[in-house]
Amino acid sequence: MAKTLIEVKHLKKYFPTPKGMLHAVDDVTFSIGEGQTMGVVGESGCGKSTLGRTLIHLYESTDGQILFKGKDITHVGKRKLHELRKEMQIIFQDPFASLNPRMTVQETIMEPLELAGYHKSKLMDKTEEIMDMVGIDERLRHSYPHELDGGRRQRVGIGRALALDPAFVVCDEPVSALDVSIQAQVLNLLQDLQAKSGVTYMFVTHDLSVVKHISDYICVMYLGQLVETTTSRELFAHPVHPYTKALLSAIPSVDIHHKRERILLQGEIVSPVEPKPGCRFAARCPYATKQCQEPQQLREIGKEHFVSCCRAEEIGG
Amino acid sequence: MANHGAAAAADVKVRKKKEGQFSLVMKRLSKNKVAMAGLVIILILFLAAILAPYIIPYGYDAMNMAERFASPSLKHLCGTDEMGRDIFSRLLYGGRASLSLGFLATIISTLVGMFIGSLVGYFGGVVDTVVMRFVDILQAIPGILLAIAISACLGSGFVNTIIALSIGGVPMTVRLLRGSIMGVRKMEYLEAAQTINCSVPRLIIKHILPNSISPIIVSVTMGIGNTILMAASLSYIGLGVQPPTPEWGAMLSAARTYMRDYPHMVLFPGLAIAIVVLSLNMLGDGLRDALDPKLKQ
Repeated sequence: MAKTLIEVKHLKKYFPTPKGMLHAVDDVTFSIGEGQTMGVVGESGCGKSTLGRTLIHLYESTDGQILFKGKDITHVGKRKLHELRKEMQIIFQDPFASLNPRMTVQETIMEPLELAGYHKSKLMDKTEEIMDMVGIDERLRHSYPHELDGGRRQRVGIGRALALDPAFVVCDEPVSALDVSIQAQVLNLLQDLQAKSGVTYMFVTHDLSVVKHISDYICVMYLGQLVETTTSRELFAHPVHPYTKALLSAIPSVDIHHKRERILLQGEIVSPVEPKPGCRFAARCPYATKQCQEPQQLREIGKEHFVSCCRAEEIGG
Repeated sequence: MANHGAAAAADVKVRKKKEGQFSLVMKRLSKNKVAMAGLVIILILFLAAILAPYIIPYGYDAMNMAERFASPSLKHLCGTDEMGRDIFSRLLYGGRASLSLGFLATIISTLVGMFIGSLVGYFGGVVDTVVMRFVDILQAIPGILLAIAISACLGSGFVNTIIALSIGGVPMTVRLLRGSIMGVRKMEYLEAAQTINCSVPRLIIKHILPNSISPIIVSVTMGIGNTILMAASLSYIGLGVQPPTPEWGAMLSAARTYMRDYPHMVLFPGLAIAIVVLSLNMLGDGLRDALDPKLKQ
């Protein structure tokens, strides 16, 4: 694995609700190497977006540690945060909601540069360079977001995020609001930009085919917890955690001769508000035993392959 | 990809150069005939009020007891009142007090309301709870009573009347803006602005206000009409602009006694107020559309 850029240790993010604490992210530990892409998958509401937003300090973490380039950035002052934000950015899911409808393409892309104190003389050139880089046509620079299609809007969002050449970008489902034909364009753009600048991505999505396409490593989350993490190749070849298996079996296949067996999950997701200790997937897991009521630890079962399931060896790959 | 790009390109308006926000808005506004008519009428009224001392045919306080209650004629375009003063001259001259009271008081109350409203809307929480309770208290008192109470305290006079009229309008603006800001507060572009180190004042001015201000613009145009009427009520009970300085509302109130026998005395001041309010509404509607890039055509 490449040199570690960002490391997360036992990160927790709880939200207070009338019924108790909602454990959106609960004890998550992982690290991402420089220039690599970490895919984070899981179903809606499993805390993957919250994880991304906590990392870049849009939310204050409840507990745990975030290390960025070896430095603890879990709790930083305002000035430090400003410095940090030039290096950490986010691309949002909905390119319409994430662009100010009253600002033109150029204004949106120029804003981070302006706020970073770019000199006026360089501002225009740099803006043009970024628009070039993300593939926005020169003639669209004075258009408003509502005049653009989803793909172009998302390019603007990407341009804004990458304007200051950040080291780390959280991509929060950047393609799930787009048409399939445009998804590929945007994914390719993200990959090209990574190849050029060596930026590190954390790619949050619920779409496994997208994550397979783009990630080096993958984290699978279930109800705020990390259930399995390994390289992309290993995960798709040898999924171990019962939840990962169920997820992978749900990918639609075009091969009609080899019908894969679909694992249909029974039962309901347990509530993330004040959850019981023990495996949170146990209620839906076909392999659940009494042992699963105990708290689960993330442990290494193979090279770079971590699973939090007490029966990992029995279930096997 | 190329195909798709070409197809989409057709419906994207291409702008060659960046136009200033103001000129863009004016350009869009100028295409709206109704709004332009409103704007022109208001400009004419303003001009008439400013130039009043030079263009009025009679002095606004020149009495002529021989021609009391004269009906409109070529000599007195709008007739005369109970003291034989020329109503047309008084209307033109009265525009000074009425228009400036209406505009200034509304603008001041809107600015104050916007300042408080955007802070309340942005910070929410305790600030919101505390400030909004004060706003509730203010709003519980009918606007006219509040204005009477304040100008009774401060005394009559132009500046005091403006203060009295402004305070009553603040709660409405605060409420409107707060509600409107709550609607955009959760939008992702605000989070995005946060991640690029946008300061709070800039966030409010550049990102929040432009997206939440349209109800205010409409309420301002309506508010000016209201304020003119309120100023009238104040002068009626002797707290606003002092006679013999003419003021539309005061003229209207004074004429009420003679309404049955000499309807022209209420007709013309009423018409003046109605025209201002109507053209402001026309302008306000157009302005709201012109300020919204989505409704551009």
